[in-house]
Amino acid sequence: MKLKGKVHKFGANVDTDAIIPARYLNVSVPGELAKHCMEGIDSEFLSKVEPGDIIVATTNFGCGSSREHAPVAIKACGISCVVAQSFARIFFRNAINIGLPLLECAEAVNKTEAGDILEIDLFSGEIDNISKHKKFFANSYPEFMIGIINAGGLIGYTKRRRGNSPSP
Amino acid sequence: METLTEKILTAHSDKKKVTPGDFVNARVDLVLANDITAPLAIKEFQRLGVSKVFDPKKVVMVPDHFCPNKDILSAEQAKLMREFAKEEGLVYFEVGRMGIEHVLLPEQGLVLPGQVIVGADSHTCTYGALGAFATGMGSTDIAVAMATGQIWMKVPPTIKFIYHGKLPKWVGGKDLILYTIGDIGVDGALYSVMEFAGEAITELSMDGRFTMANMAIEAGAKAGIFNVDDKTEGYLRHAIASRTSSAFAGRETTRQSQPYSVYRSDEGVQYANIIEYDVSKIEPQVAFPHIPSNAKPIGRVGDIKLDQVVIGSCTNGRLDDLRIAAKLLQGREVHPELRCIIIPGSQRVYLEALREGLIEIFIEAGAAVSTPTCGPCLGGHMGVLAAGERCLSTTNRNFVGRMGSPESEVYLASPAVAAASAILGRIASPEGN
Repeated sequence: MKLKGKVHKFGANVDTDAIIPARYLNVSVPGELAKHCMEGIDSEFLSKVEPGDIIVATTNFGCGSSREHAPVAIKACGISCVVAQSFARIFFRNAINIGLPLLECAEAVNKTEAGDILEIDLFSGEIDNISKHKKFFANSYPEFMIGIINAGGLIGYTKRRRGNSPSP
Repeated sequence: METLTEKILTAHSDKKKVTPGDFVNARVDLVLANDITAPLAIKEFQRLGVSKVFDPKKVVMVPDHFCPNKDILSAEQAKLMREFAKEEGLVYFEVGRMGIEHVLLPEQGLVLPGQVIVGADSHTCTYGALGAFATGMGSTDIAVAMATGQIWMKVPPTIKFIYHGKLPKWVGGKDLILYTIGDIGVDGALYSVMEFAGEAITELSMDGRFTMANMAIEAGAKAGIFNVDDKTEGYLRHAIASRTSSAFAGRETTRQSQPYSVYRSDEGVQYANIIEYDVSKIEPQVAFPHIPSNAKPIGRVGDIKLDQVVIGSCTNGRLDDLRIAAKLLQGREVHPELRCIIIPGSQRVYLEALREGLIEIFIEAGAAVSTPTCGPCLGGHMGVLAAGERCLSTTNRNFVGRMGSPESEVYLASPAVAAASAILGRIASPEGN
């Protein structure tokens, strides 16, 4: 799977209250959540984002609450992938589960600036910074997680597994 | 040799032994969701094409975040959850019989040592205080756990935190965990388990231990966990004996004691890291905006005027917390330019506080007392902040906009610091007040 888009760059510890403030959690419709994506950290974000764009951040991206509304909002506003030095663990699971790809790659984060164009091969982990003519390689996913991504998320993956074996 | 966490995960998987980094499919003993996370989980559960949860007595739903409902949209969410819970026959606690989930489930005897518990709430890690392996997840994970009774997990490494020495007066679980997060940072225990030990922990009340386990997530941890001791056993006996009807209806077990497995970390087991503190040198802590690791000792806080104090939440809404606040507020008055909002963590905490005369103390001091809710902690209701306002809160997060306006500020501290601050209208030490 290849992704290509413009970079929006953030720093460390971008928390889920910044990604989607709790006052908007009285709904769970993706389109509604997308209207407030990143509102807590960059009120201009939505006016800058275009379909396919990529978020690049430093450490512990998505820390805080377990709200799945956070990756849902990011995905629904058109972001195709998040590249960070590290992710908070609940956010990591949530994003993979709902089909928002994430990559961990410290070097790519360090050498990428806002506005750069990245081309990403999700399964090889190759991140090509076209603007800077530099290539990086992200940590690879464990095999079963590729299964989840290929199935479009955990629900599709679980359905497939249940279809192939008797229910537990 | 294994840690407590590794033993619990081994017992819940098909493996003979697990080591950190292994992927396991763990059987779960309890699955939890609330009025914010359940609607998404229910939607995903229905997409799975499953009609029944794996075991209705092991799935708990609690309307606590925006309940009693703050607006029409949140009422719709709560209604969706209520109807699903009723249809599936889940364990459900209605407004008037509920509490903040992480105060409620332990006190109802639903959390037992050695269990694996997953909840669609990041503070599910609170249950580690009782020697359970409990971790927060998102709604889709919870949907799968509700349907299958299993969840994939990566076995986490364990970091041991040893607290030596005697706790100074007014220093409790909140101060220890804020101090620890201040030391290691908000990702200092990322993907790991924080195992808490040492003589100061032995001395700490169960309520203080719940506070510490609760904030393990604020250091990025997957779980916080304690080995079971006499205090744990005493708490469990009381909790199991006083289960209310919602908690045991339809269960084979009743209010009688229920067997559970106690696992312990082996002496000499290899930890990913061991971090030791001398608690006798720790002062009450205050975490400054806008990150929980920004902790300072009370002596270095300076003059910070406040508009609001909140005492409550899954972190500090238990009876011990209210007793400490009442000790300071007795015969005193809340500062005239400050609102003090006190939220007992459950109906039972509320009733016991009432019987002990704590509620009277609060009301006479000029504090507002609310029915249990997560409300203000996440900027939901019951104490949302305006631009430019400052709040000191016994809750767990002080991110930008956490309690309302992105231009407001939240300081985190213990109930003792909160009560002393409410009286003086500025951040204050409980010592001498």
